Amino acid sequence: MAQAFRVQRATRASRVGLGAAVLAIAALSTLPFWADPASMRRLVEFIALLVLAQMWNLLAGYAGLLSIGQQAYVGLGGYALIVLADDLGLDPFLSVPLAGLIAALLALPTAALVFRFQGGYFAVGTWAVAEVFRLLVANTGALGRGTGRTLKAVFPLARETREMATYYLALALGVAALVGIYVFLRARFGLGLMAVRDSEPASETLGVDVFRTKLIVYLLAAFGTGATGAVIYLNLLRISPDAAFSISWTASTIFIVVIGGIGTLEGPLVGAVVFFVLRELLADYGSWYMIVLGTLAVSVMLAYPQGLWGLIAESWGIHCFPVQRRVEVDDTPRP
Amino acid sequence: MGWLDTVVQGLLLGGLYALFATGLSLIFGVMRIVNLAHGDFSILAAFLAVMLVDALALHWLLALAVVVPLMALLGYLLQRLVLNRLLGRGILPPILVTFGLSIIIQNALLEAFSADSRRVNPGGIDTASLALGGGLAVGWFSLITLLVAILVLIGLQLFIGRTRRGRAFRATADDQATAALMGIDDRGLYALAMALSLGIVAIAGIFLGVRTTFAFGSGPDRLLFAFEAVIIGGLGSLWGTLVGGAILGVAQTVGAKLSPGWGILTGHLVFLGVLLVRPQGLFARQRRRD
Repeated sequence: MAQAFRVQRATRASRVGLGAAVLAIAALSTLPFWADPASMRRLVEFIALLVLAQMWNLLAGYAGLLSIGQQAYVGLGGYALIVLADDLGLDPFLSVPLAGLIAALLALPTAALVFRFQGGYFAVGTWAVAEVFRLLVANTGALGRGTGRTLKAVFPLARETREMATYYLALALGVAALVGIYVFLRARFGLGLMAVRDSEPASETLGVDVFRTKLIVYLLAAFGTGATGAVIYLNLLRISPDAAFSISWTASTIFIVVIGGIGTLEGPLVGAVVFFVLRELLADYGSWYMIVLGTLAVSVMLAYPQGLWGLIAESWGIHCFPVQRRVEVDDTPRP
Repeated sequence: MGWLDTVVQGLLLGGLYALFATGLSLIFGVMRIVNLAHGDFSILAAFLAVMLVDALALHWLLALAVVVPLMALLGYLLQRLVLNRLLGRGILPPILVTFGLSIIIQNALLEAFSADSRRVNPGGIDTASLALGGGLAVGWFSLITLLVAILVLIGLQLFIGRTRRGRAFRATADDQATAALMGIDDRGLYALAMALSLGIVAIAGIFLGVRTTFAFGSGPDRLLFAFEAVIIGGLGSLWGTLVGGAILGVAQTVGAKLSPGWGILTGHLVFLGVLLVRPQGLFARQRRRD
């Protein structure tokens, strides 16, 4: 007896999730009218970390590219913003996507080098290249050497205008990253990408161009990370090579993704909330929050590698942003 | 300082880098994993040595004799209790766990010892030098470091090449599944390898601490230098790490002589150049790819 089946992609939770996401975004877009500037700055920071986490998750969780050098693109995006807005006189807000493009352009020669490595050596290789970018910037007089620079292009703007524009830009970036990755992963390319992650040789025999797939993901992640770097420094206004190219960007990002759940779209969101709550709770205890987060991430990796979201999804079968295809078999016998 | 002197200093610095690189290379050779906390463990050892030297007024060599076995024990436990649980789960978990350890160690050192730079009290050895004639002088301490690196490499080569345990190492490195079928306890072997690796990197960290100042965040640079020495020398080649370390050391001293801010950067650039021209490294041993 032939069984009817259909490929199901949406679930009830995903419809609820979509509704909740739309509501959350609508609520967030009213924030500048009632929240204080400090909360807005904090939310910009939250969205920035969330996008960094989504980008790293795309790299490591979906393409198997374990980069420990994404701070390179945070720094390059930040410095690109300063150069575009202050030195070339472009609009500082328009400079944000352009900064992402510059980061992606610089990611091309970087990929030519680091793609020679596999696995663990890829991780250290990307880290070494990030250090090269940091040291090159720190030795360039026009970029302010070790002391860095201040974004001056926004000085003529009223503070409220600047803060509101930065906030909406960050929100737009956050939504674009989430929707972009979701659409990207659900498309044909995303299917090829997940095949590459699960087995490179098998996907190659099925006609997936492994190298091209990984390169596209690497460049996309560089673009998103670079644009986020620009938003971060539009928010902070002051940049220095040691802070902009700091490994702590990647450390926070990795902890967020690992704690939340690697290889899911919901995981980084859960992880970012955990990260922010812990950081606020431990604000008076110096760098203890990094020790606690690190220990939490290591424990999750050891005991429950699917992360907190994996735990939730497994227990209740919830998928808010399903990118996988589920086969449902219709058991009712047909005439 | 003349150019010849610069090159000689760089070559000797290579001895220290080889000490950092050996443990990293050993772990990758046997287990195919990269310990991202490698450099931070060396700095942890250096801090422990500072504590012993300052609190108990010990000579740094005595502190070394205490800290090295302690770090080896830590390595054994790390592998037995943590990293062995991740076996067979692909490359992602060990990398993420060792990266997490790296950040934990750095921040714990920051909390315990503040952000101040420290140094292991060298007891005068740091300034003693040997005149080679022609105005050239080399520090005794640099020579001793190089000698220790060579001794460690000889010891490791004898261990891996001549002993029964060493044969098990090689078998597991070549084909873990078949080696396990032949009755080799791979988990115990990995713990031994990690103990050796952290013991050796503890020596490296303490020699670094005697030579120069260090702080809580000095670890990542040590990992990068070790990694670069391994890649320049060629994967799987023990003596290649010495040559790789020497090339990196010379690049750094020559770069620093050209312009003060360019020492470490020149080292990184030479590494990228080698990667571009000869990605397998200078002395890569042909091995089966898996």
